[in-house]
Amino acid sequence: MLTKRIIPCLDIKDGRTVKGVNFVDLRDAGDPVELAQRYAVEGADELVFLDISATEQKRKTLADLVYNVAEKLNIPFTVGGGISSVEDVDILLQNGADKVSINSSAVKRPELINELVAKFGSQCIVVAIDAKHVDGQWKVHLVGGKVATEIDLFEWAKEAEQRGAGEILFTSMDNDGTKNGFAYEALAKLSALVNIPIIASGGAGNVHHFTETFKIGKADAALAASVFHFKEIEIKGLKEELKSEGIPVRL
Amino acid sequence: MKLVIIDYGAGNIQSIKFAFQRLGVEALLSNDSEQIKNADKVIFPGVGEASSAMTKLWESGLHDVIADLKQPVLGICLGMQLMCDSSEEGATKGLGIFNTDVVRFNSDVKVPQIGWNKIENLRGDLFQGLENDYIYLVHSFYAPKTIESIATSTYGLEYSAALQKDNFYGVQFHPEKSGTYGAKILSNFLAL
Repeated sequence: MLTKRIIPCLDIKDGRTVKGVNFVDLRDAGDPVELAQRYAVEGADELVFLDISATEQKRKTLADLVYNVAEKLNIPFTVGGGISSVEDVDILLQNGADKVSINSSAVKRPELINELVAKFGSQCIVVAIDAKHVDGQWKVHLVGGKVATEIDLFEWAKEAEQRGAGEILFTSMDNDGTKNGFAYEALAKLSALVNIPIIASGGAGNVHHFTETFKIGKADAALAASVFHFKEIEIKGLKEELKSEGIPVRL
Repeated sequence: MKLVIIDYGAGNIQSIKFAFQRLGVEALLSNDSEQIKNADKVIFPGVGEASSAMTKLWESGLHDVIADLKQPVLGICLGMQLMCDSSEEGATKGLGIFNTDVVRFNSDVKVPQIGWNKIENLRGDLFQGLENDYIYLVHSFYAPKTIESIATSTYGLEYSAALQKDNFYGVQFHPEKSGTYGAKILSNFLAL
């Protein structure tokens, strides 16, 4: 049976791991390669690296980081942050990334999804969506959540699937950083709507939240950052708890 | 040990090279038919779309080279699928090594299958000393269970997680990304 995945997310700025609360207020949380290895040993199923730096050397720094991670890591990892072209993706995959996630660039030019899928295959293209509940509707936000759009989360997710995306990484901005739980209802609706895996993100605070995101939210994977970086939740213990709740996990 | 990873422009071969490096073996990436023929062991990787990958093999003439190899060959993911008779993906012929046709998962499961699933019914040298355990997969197409299956997994239905015919081995999963368990499978391949 396919298991539910636990995915620590490492936010990267200028080659270091950071974690923001509600997308701001960054704190340094360590060396990405070391952290990645620690997570693999502890039982993480996959890792996500989101690059939030905006320097001119960004592309080179990120490619170097990907190479260093791939050399050491024996589980899959996804890289995202500012990826906007076939060339960007090519460099990251060449350096050893397993998947890439695209966000704002896909909203601005949805054909990018088709282009990447045609060249690299669906299996390595993750479409990340940041959304916020505004006047009773889930609206897609861009540029790390800073720019609001009129685009509906569910319509965009459906379109991303039709264009060939292999997975959807949905971050609820309302929940992100709160540690009050994931956006279960929106997740369940998404999961029923599309036939590709959904990664839940935003709001993990305790073990129970993960149980709920799989049981109520019907997510295929759950992503979190600070609860893992600051050792508030230990991955092995989390998975044992999920297993005792009848959720299939790799132990 | 001369280990060659066939580099024909389809997929992420860096990860496979690194996985062998962690086992202390430096692999050569090559599309040169002489280097491939003279290797002790050959890895046939691949991710992406089947028909365009097959086109690359035909254009380079590597399709005949691979099918004629006598040393142990390990196809990984799309590599394994291309070693079959045909693939539904892009309706392409394959190398015809494994006597089965690759087909797409039904939409009663989420496609692609992404993540860790258990492999079972292990047999043969590739799984020497290994129990059923979890391996990492990313795929939308699969080879059905056949008499050439040396491991199976279940996603909606039971399918081939690994195939073997003579010196040819194929795995649907990514051993290079399947933790220490995957590393053991690669190490078993090196010991063949």
